[in-house]
Amino acid sequence: MAAAESSDSDEEDLVSYGTALQPLQEGERLKKPVPLQEQTVKDAKGRYQRFHGAFTGGFSAGYFNTVGTKEGWTPSAFVSSRQKRADRTVLGPEDFMDEEDLSEFGIAPKDITTTDDFASKAKDRIKEKARQIAGVVAAIPGTTAFDDLIGPSKITVGVELLRKMGWKEGQGVGPRVKRKPRRQKPDPAVKVYGCALPPGLSEGSEDEEDEYQPENVTFAPKDVMPVDLTPKENVHGLGYKGLDPSQALFGVSGREHLNLFAAGSEDTSNLLGDLKHSKGRKLGITGQAFGVGALEEEDDDIYATETLSKYDTVLKDEEPGDGLYGWTAPKQYKSRKRSEREVKYIGKILDGFSLASKSSTPSKVYPPPDLPRNYRPVHYFRPVIAAGNENCRLQKALEESTGKLESDATQQSRHALNASQRRERLGEAALKGPALSVLEYLSEKDRERLKEVKQASEQQMKAKMLPPQSQNSRFQPAPPADASHKWQMLLGGQLANVGSSDFKPFARNPEKQKRYESFVKSLKQGEKDTLEHCLDPSMTEWERGREQEEFFRAAMFYKSSNSTLSSRFTRAKYEDDVDKVEVPRDQENDTDDKETAVKMKMFGKLTRDKFEWHPEKLLCKRFNVPDPYPDSTIVGLPKVKRDKYSVFNFLTMPEPTTSVTQATNEKIQQNNSLNKPKKPSRWDVSDKEKEKKDSISEFISLARSKADVQQQPPVPATEESRTGPSETLPTEVPNEDKDQEEESRPSMDLFKAIFVSSSDEKSSSSEEESDEEQQPTTSVIDSETTKQVDLPDSSSSNLQESVATTTDPGVPLLPTSKQELDATEEFGPKLPPAFSSGSTCQQEPVVPVSFPGPSRKEKHRKNREKHKTKREHKHKKEKKKKHKKQKNKGKHRNKKSEKDSSSDTEDSSDSLSDRDTTGLSPKELLRRLKQLQY
Amino acid sequence: MAFPRPRPARPELPRQRVRTLQCGQGAVRAVRFNVDGNYCLTCGSDKTLKLWNPHKGTALRTYQGHGYEVLDAAGSFDNSQLCSCGADKTVALWDVATGQVIRKYRGHAGKVNCVQFNEEATIIVSGSIDSTVRCWDCRSRRPDPVQVLDEAKDGVSSVKVSDHEILSGSVDGRVRRYDLRAGQLFSDYIGSPITSVCFSKDGQCVLAASLDSTLRLLDKETGELLGEYTGHRSTVYRLDCVLSEQDTHVGSASEDGRVYFWDLVEGSLALSLAVGRSVVQSLSFHPTLPCLLAATEGQLQLWREDTFQPEGDAA
Repeated sequence: MAAAESSDSDEEDLVSYGTALQPLQEGERLKKPVPLQEQTVKDAKGRYQRFHGAFTGGFSAGYFNTVGTKEGWTPSAFVSSRQKRADRTVLGPEDFMDEEDLSEFGIAPKDITTTDDFASKAKDRIKEKARQIAGVVAAIPGTTAFDDLIGPSKITVGVELLRKMGWKEGQGVGPRVKRKPRRQKPDPAVKVYGCALPPGLSEGSEDEEDEYQPENVTFAPKDVMPVDLTPKENVHGLGYKGLDPSQALFGVSGREHLNLFAAGSEDTSNLLGDLKHSKGRKLGITGQAFGVGALEEEDDDIYATETLSKYDTVLKDEEPGDGLYGWTAPKQYKSRKRSEREVKYIGKILDGFSLASKSSTPSKVYPPPDLPRNYRPVHYFRPVIAAGNENCRLQKALEESTGKLESDATQQSRHALNASQRRERLGEAALKGPALSVLEYLSEKDRERLKEVKQASEQQMKAKMLPPQSQNSRFQPAPPADASHKWQMLLGGQLANVGSSDFKPFARNPEKQKRYESFVKSLKQGEKDTLEHCLDPSMTEWERGREQEEFFRAAMFYKSSNSTLSSRFTRAKYEDDVDKVEVPRDQENDTDDKETAVKMKMFGKLTRDKFEWHPEKLLCKRFNVPDPYPDSTIVGLPKVKRDKYSVFNFLTMPEPTTSVTQATNEKIQQNNSLNKPKKPSRWDVSDKEKEKKDSISEFISLARSKADVQQQPPVPATEESRTGPSETLPTEVPNEDKDQEEESRPSMDLFKAIFVSSSDEKSSSSEEESDEEQQPTTSVIDSETTKQVDLPDSSSSNLQESVATTTDPGVPLLPTSKQELDATEEFGPKLPPAFSSGSTCQQEPVVPVSFPGPSRKEKHRKNREKHKTKREHKHKKEKKKKHKKQKNKGKHRNKKSEKDSSSDTEDSSDSLSDRDTTGLSPKELLRRLKQLQY
Repeated sequence: MAFPRPRPARPELPRQRVRTLQCGQGAVRAVRFNVDGNYCLTCGSDKTLKLWNPHKGTALRTYQGHGYEVLDAAGSFDNSQLCSCGADKTVALWDVATGQVIRKYRGHAGKVNCVQFNEEATIIVSGSIDSTVRCWDCRSRRPDPVQVLDEAKDGVSSVKVSDHEILSGSVDGRVRRYDLRAGQLFSDYIGSPITSVCFSKDGQCVLAASLDSTLRLLDKETGELLGEYTGHRSTVYRLDCVLSEQDTHVGSASEDGRVYFWDLVEGSLALSLAVGRSVVQSLSFHPTLPCLLAATEGQLQLWREDTFQPEGDAA
């Protein structure tokens, strides 16, 4: 299973997206793609689909550019007129259209559309009339009249709805009303002069009314014609209209005099209203202009002879009913219809509506809120001016004068805030940038020097200035008031930003500094007299004057230097505080108690340390956690400053009291803890070992040894014996150790004593004598170191190693560099070997002298040559080099050749036996052997 | 069955080897499930990082860009990014789809042992042999870490991140828990060098494996010892420990080529799986299923519960 799945890495790098295409069948051919020119669209009948019909600019007309059929134009078939009269076919445009044009999306769709046919079953009288007229006007009159009988009329839905509700055409909308009979009906025979009554209102209704009107009969309200407001666009005379067909046809004019001022809209009303009159009458053209036709029966009023009887002869009450009269209406009429007159501006009240008897309730008005008693209608603007701005007063004055005041800062949007305000709100720390004064960057010493220089210059100045003053009083300086005044004049407004508390020229003398600060403050405020208050009253007058001048100069100096230089400096990231170092305030204290607690398995309070820890603000943000210490600027563990040279900074002691004796105690303790084989695990031991070598303890011991090399010879000796791997460690130690190393570097001799032997041992064979000299004493160490020297073991695989060692291993310097690498690899638990089967792992166990322990587990074993005795050390080394060469050749091979592996196993077994000499118990050996063969 | 079972079924453990993958990338230094357990990452000693579907046994992608062997990797919550770290002292942030390195964080002074995303993949937390834990920002372009946790006295071998905590196990024998919410650091002394730490799923306990061949379950709040698990061998190598998907069992790799599982409450050895002949380097337990990934030498093994039926042919 596993073998089947295993595959080469390169082929499996592919990422597959989507679904794969169907695999081709056996013998199936790939379909050729259709070329573009052959991609055509055909319709249902197999014809080429045209995307436009012939009438809409189609690019192919008909059938292969013929018309519709294969034959093209075909004449309509001849039909003999003898048997069957050829019915005359009327060709419409549809006959020349294609099917597509008649389809749903063509230009003449024949499918379901809302046509007149389906609009309503009722007839539209207007349309009907128009048709009639058209029929009359048409070449052969009367032809279209038949259409009316067949064709339905088009009526809108609204009309139909109204109809369903009982409405009839010609009626108004609204409840039925009782109509009062006319008081006076004008004699139809009497001609009315003057303005004609509005025909739709007076005349139209007049016709229907009978003399007799029963009480219980109600009428529909009169239809209201909308006022037509179409402008006059033609050039006809005012009131001219063409021959009105209704009048002309139906002879209405015979009974009425022509209404000159009838509006256009009345035409329709006439059309509607007068139709009934024409019933039973013969259609024909009648009128003044046409004379009497041949078919006309009556020729009475052909020329509209005006008879006097048609005119009114007496002024009578002309009031016809509820018609409108306008402003020329008789007084009596006006007064009578008072209520109606009120709404004249509207026009006539619509039928069915009446004027409200009571006016509608006025919309409620809410009273404005009561102002507080002490309210003053003046808005107070708080000016926003950055503190410390030089010309803030000017700005303020300017703003006040212009009246353009900025709104309150708290109400500003976040865009209006400046960086510092935002920072304040976010609770972030201020940037320590170039805003600070230059003097802040200077060290204490430099400041002092500056001060000296300044004082010297002051003296000079004073010497120069003294003579004119001495004219008045030789030993008295100028009165302080005068001096201050003078200086104030000199400095002018430049001191506005002096007192930003950055500049502490008299930091050494805090009292003086305090005095200086108050001085500057008062100077800034422009006070004259308070200058004396700042000065020490206990001083003599001369001293005071001197100090005042000093202050002035300092202020002046600060001013100039600040402005010119501060922008060019940036604050150092780390303070050059030479004799102090920051040390975590809380330390995980002594492990001895904990060790015992762990042994007793009393975990909990005994083994736990709890510290205050400040996470970075950004980290809190990223973790979506509120900052537990929003106000603190500390990051990490709180730190305290301690003496840099103190050893206690690096030891886990709670509070150091500076005494040498304790240091020694500490040292002893350290040694104890180091030498105690407390921890049973192998790695742990080596860790301790390393710790001893690389970090603090090393430096302690170095420092000690530097102090009394003679007193403690064993320490350097052990150091020396194991410096092989630790040679390059100083580069790898943590920062604080590095610092300390630089600070308390021992003499070169010591380094030489430590390091020279091991490096030489590697580089030259001549050193091997020394090696061999060492061997009797520290035999294990020697073997281990040599192993390390020769085989650049790492916790890594064979592959890496071979990559790392590209050059000839014979080059003397190379092993060192490799060894560096090894040394760095020695931290922490190791990584398992890549392939244990080949046993090519070169995990290098470092066996310390003091712990030839059973804790050493030999999973990773060196491949060594089969030389057991130390005597053949040199020989062994050479062979190993050879072996490494072999490995270099075979690099990138995952599997070693059979021979190699066999030799390797041999090697490892040899190494086992080799280890035997190092004093391992046979039991242990057996166990390892089992492991190996497992 | 005539008798209904009185108790719900015992939680299963992976007992059946379903699949073995030859990763082809040297020694597999670490194997990690992704967030939902459908994919896994293997870190090879040949500088590559590989993305697999372990359930189907397909390699999906190889990520190349590390300068030395890759030691640990993790996937982001949305599977869009990976982070890895290696012996080249760098931490890399990868784009899953394109396979490109989005960012490389340099700053560790030694090889970086372990790496973790935070919950929203905005921070990468890496622990290194240089005894620091560094928190790198994925959002901004700043090259230096957001914060360096340098409290450890020795190399940091394992790091885990919860929603508001960073748990680190160090070779100095301490398990440190940085509580961001409370602003406190809890340091528990174990004594032996810690190789691996992990939170329990309920977030109440901390499991720490150390080089004294012992796993210890500590109460997170008080630091009290809740359980001790022994029987495996872990004395030299940095081996992983895991908790099963329901916190019922504790698992650990071992140097004898086996994987051991203990009952969490009783502390008794529940299972030992013979994975290989050499050290089992890395373990990863599926977040929801009884499914284990074990890496030994150059291969990766998928273990499932007994009742699991592999779909289709195992080939």
